[in-house]
Amino acid sequence: MVSRTFETVAGPRSEDTLPSSATSAVKIVIVGGFGVGKTTLVRSVSEIRPLTTEETMTQASVSVDDLEGIERKSMTTVAMDFGRISIDDELVLYVFGTPGQQRFWFLWNGLFEGALGAVVLVDTRRLEASFDVLGRLEESQTPFVVAVNAFDEAPSYSDEELREALDLTDDVPLLVCDARSRESSKGVLLALMRYLYSLAMTSEAT
Amino acid sequence: MTPDDEWDEGTPERLYILTGGRSGPEEAGLDLVTLIVARSAPQIGMQPEHESILRVCESPLSVVEISAHLKLPVSIVTVLLADLLAEERVEARAPAPSLPDIDIIKAVIHGLQNL
Repeated sequence: MVSRTFETVAGPRSEDTLPSSATSAVKIVIVGGFGVGKTTLVRSVSEIRPLTTEETMTQASVSVDDLEGIERKSMTTVAMDFGRISIDDELVLYVFGTPGQQRFWFLWNGLFEGALGAVVLVDTRRLEASFDVLGRLEESQTPFVVAVNAFDEAPSYSDEELREALDLTDDVPLLVCDARSRESSKGVLLALMRYLYSLAMTSEAT
Repeated sequence: MTPDDEWDEGTPERLYILTGGRSGPEEAGLDLVTLIVARSAPQIGMQPEHESILRVCESPLSVVEISAHLKLPVSIVTVLLADLLAEERVEARAPAPSLPDIDIIKAVIHGLQNL
């Protein structure tokens, strides 16, 4: 490695640095299919411009996207966007938007371990894209809320219809949001946190 | 074409070399959101990636933010951080207590309400 150059790393802008008193951080994961608005939601609540982390995945693939059906080794780059919210001088909250396909989750070891909880972001035009995610979260016992990102052109359903279509029990919070709106996106995170609070209170009581 | 022209910054081969072929150090116990702070200034002769980490971590920064700023996968950054931790050039701040912690939940609710 004689002549490899390493570009200068800019690092965070001075206004984006955390105070030196910051000691611990927690995370919330936004899960949803492609184009459902995960990054939009992250951007709406984040105090920093959303950042991206990438992992590469090498796989022998005869995938559905491979029209020829030819087996070949391919390298896929999987990106995950995230943002940050300073809760107080010591505590920082990170919000991750991760692809809905579970086969990507292992790329970020421990993404869900230690997460406060998850938000499943749903597009009513592609409800079926959420089935797998919901199942996986239930399996891993990650508490979650379901937020319908209300696209103007998407059909709207009643809560009952959505709960039935997604096979959601009554205790899982279901809400409608506009991921472009800071207030609305904040409301989604608060709904998750209040749900976690009620779960924690219930488990303390028993 | 010289060999350098073929050097693709994103290839696994490059990443392999950066870490000396080591893979994720589970023992370092680093989470995506573990906050890292530099304890010393970069020194001449350090591996450039180590130097960059020290530079971006003058203030606390999470593992995943380091990854984003350095444009390196988290899996590589944790290996590089393990070196710096072993040499006590950086400090990893203790992760949040095990969940669900009611005080943390309350703090986050309060913080979000004040956004």
